[in-house]
Amino acid sequence: MNRFAELLDRLVLTPSRNGKLTLLVDYFRSVEDPDRGLALAAITGDLNIAAVKPAMLRTLVTERMDPVLFGYSYDYVGDLAETVSLVWPQTPGHIPNREPTLSDVVAKLQAASRSDGPKVLAGLLDSAGISARFAIIKLVTGGLRIGVSARLAKQALADFGKVDVAEIEELWHGLTPPYISLFAWLEGKAEKPQRTALALFSPVMLSNPVGDGDLEKLDPADYAAEWKWDGIRVQAVCEGGVRRLYSRTGDDVSGAFPDLAEAMNFSAALDGELLVGEPAATGTFSDLQQRLNRKSVTPKIQQRYPAFMRCYDVLQIDGEDLRALPFRERRVHLEAFIKTLDPSRFDLSPLVDFTDWQALEEMRRAPPHPIIEGVMLKRWDSPYLAGRPKGPWFKWKRDPHTVDAVLMYAQRGHGKRSSFYSDYTFGVWSGPEGAEELVPVGKAYFGFTDEELKQIDKFVRDNTVERFGPVRSVRADRKQGLVLEVAFEGLNRSTRHKSGVAMRFPRISRLRWDKPTAEADRIETLQALLD
Amino acid sequence: MRARDLLHPRPEGLYCPPGDFFIDPVRPVNRALITHGHSDHARSGHRSVLATQQTLDIMGLRYGEDFAGTTQAAALGAAMALNDVTVTFHPAGHVLGSAQIAVEHKGRRIVASGDYKRQKDATCAPFEPVKCDVFITEATFGLPVFRHPPDTEEIARLLKSAAQFPERSHLVGAYALGKAQRVMRLLRDAGYDRPIYIHGALAKLSEYYQSQGIDLGTLEPATVDSGGKQDFTGAIVVGPPSAFADRWARRFPDPISCFASGWMRIRQRAKQGGVELPLIISDHADWDELIATIKETGAGEIWVTHGREEALVRWCELEGIAARPLHLVGYEDEGD
Repeated sequence: MNRFAELLDRLVLTPSRNGKLTLLVDYFRSVEDPDRGLALAAITGDLNIAAVKPAMLRTLVTERMDPVLFGYSYDYVGDLAETVSLVWPQTPGHIPNREPTLSDVVAKLQAASRSDGPKVLAGLLDSAGISARFAIIKLVTGGLRIGVSARLAKQALADFGKVDVAEIEELWHGLTPPYISLFAWLEGKAEKPQRTALALFSPVMLSNPVGDGDLEKLDPADYAAEWKWDGIRVQAVCEGGVRRLYSRTGDDVSGAFPDLAEAMNFSAALDGELLVGEPAATGTFSDLQQRLNRKSVTPKIQQRYPAFMRCYDVLQIDGEDLRALPFRERRVHLEAFIKTLDPSRFDLSPLVDFTDWQALEEMRRAPPHPIIEGVMLKRWDSPYLAGRPKGPWFKWKRDPHTVDAVLMYAQRGHGKRSSFYSDYTFGVWSGPEGAEELVPVGKAYFGFTDEELKQIDKFVRDNTVERFGPVRSVRADRKQGLVLEVAFEGLNRSTRHKSGVAMRFPRISRLRWDKPTAEADRIETLQALLD
Repeated sequence: MRARDLLHPRPEGLYCPPGDFFIDPVRPVNRALITHGHSDHARSGHRSVLATQQTLDIMGLRYGEDFAGTTQAAALGAAMALNDVTVTFHPAGHVLGSAQIAVEHKGRRIVASGDYKRQKDATCAPFEPVKCDVFITEATFGLPVFRHPPDTEEIARLLKSAAQFPERSHLVGAYALGKAQRVMRLLRDAGYDRPIYIHGALAKLSEYYQSQGIDLGTLEPATVDSGGKQDFTGAIVVGPPSAFADRWARRFPDPISCFASGWMRIRQRAKQGGVELPLIISDHADWDELIATIKETGAGEIWVTHGREEALVRWCELEGIAARPLHLVGYEDEGD
């Protein structure tokens, strides 16, 4: 249990992706089965343990110590799991023969009935040290919150076994904790596990952005063009009565879109974009947001923002793998197949006719719907390949929006950037003339060069007004301050931000040392971009 | 005579009227008794200072030789008369030279602990419990959540991380007096024999520790003159915590920031400070040590100073020991 606890402690404080991967790979290498597989399941959210409510945890601890002292402690720490792990009284003189392993803990928790759950938990806490107690409490209260996605965990497995992450994604849904066969294969001790489960995920094909001069080298006749829909990439797979809707990284998202899942009554694997509204009246990105990041969806939300899938590829029909066929032939299969499906839930991503790049460029600049974010180019003769091969698929995005904003707060970065103020909160003007105020509209931490970072860092240090821990507020008024040109992909309404808007994918595109702060943009400029 | 007539707080610090002296005064006074060399306890400008020789030496290093009018060294365990009060210095186990001060008058003994800890520490003499009527305890970590793990485990985590990330450097934030030297000594005891790089602020004190027979091994200045960035690849660098947020830290390749402090017990503290590898190494007593020490002194009355007084006072109430907070001004309860 201590090794797992230590892993959690390190992961939560390690900001860099590479650092997290190193920690995970080392863990998989040094810990044996079944503990490492159970840790993996805990991280990916695939471990099934009956939850213990926070109130129960509180009761357990205050039965064992003075409630006033517990109160002081909890007030100070602020986190219940952490407080309980620290103050849990150790039986004097009682040194457990051996601390429980992760598999001991999981076995006991899974075997516990609802009524003896608290007693089992208390017994485990008695037998563990501080770090292990924290990890146990995290397991039973649900949600590790360590900043590691299932995707990152799969990448760590791939690094560990020196295989492509696509191979892991493809297998993932056929495997169950503690993943003994997976680890055996990754360590070279066994054959690759067979894909025996139904409706598995196929790693998706991704595109490269069109770079400077790319198009000049390409013949327009070799490529098909489609609109690039700004929804969620999904893969709908039905096989032998099993239906699964996967995200682009192979996570099963069927639960969030029961309306769409219900309409999946075919035998095929389709690739496309999940959107809301109806095919004839596609909703905007703001509408789509109503369906994102929800644990459960009410019938009302489903009715108001119905989900549908705009299909652009087909990987399999009736068990026949079509991925090796050229795009042109897959498209023919797709067009015929879509006709057999519920038209309110599935439609076809239309091809965009064009003769030369100039004509396509004009269409890209003036798309017919706000949820289109550019065009896709697909080579007619390309097979469906996992990953991001260079050449067959391109995305040619709409140019980003830009706004001139004023730097308001700067926060120190992490790792390589820990001595630099590298995360910037910026604002635009609002309020009546003569009484303008800056309202924060976003935060960005990239887009600038190392040289520019040094310059901004110096500006921040020389113009600090106040400090709050790692954050500094800088001089920013009508006369003084630093104007940043910020590029972003789109704007959503937000009730969480004072400004009422939230930027998508903001980054610093230019430093405007030359521009007086009073000439930075106003909030109305942004509001005009909404919807 | 009541206990509070023998020692009580004044704006300058804890005052003893019959002996006419202050303990750890925060403003210049006529006669000061000083428990240890941390700057909030040991200030310059007193007319006369009584402290252990090591504390006097440390004050000399920090403030210059003329930090006080006159100085007198107190030998540990030796009783000294100041007017008709007897004072005795006893080791406190906090940092090199640190002492508790026992004050006796007409058969009543009060012990002012200064700062102390009970974990063993190869860089200073261990704490010695002294029977007394009133024990004045610090309470920096006076909450049941503060439980320091063995320091050897923490150093093992540092060495494990250094092995896991050999291409990066590990920057260990540690206060210049005491903690820094303890961390270095722990590294040596764990078998780490590469040079340890130190920030300039640590040089004089570390040299002094070495001169007192505390072997810290090879220390090298963490200056850019001594080489390029790649020279710090895989290095362990020790410096004051404030330096790591500073431009000074840019000379190190992709550093992992570590902080050796009892505060690192609280995850949010580590997170807010951008600490990637918290090392829970403290020079103050944790909760279990505080309550064990209170019992060991046999004191019938406990006065609680700088820190989280209320929890310790509450614990004393539950144990049936008289206790009250002693409000002293001017000490940083954050330092560790």
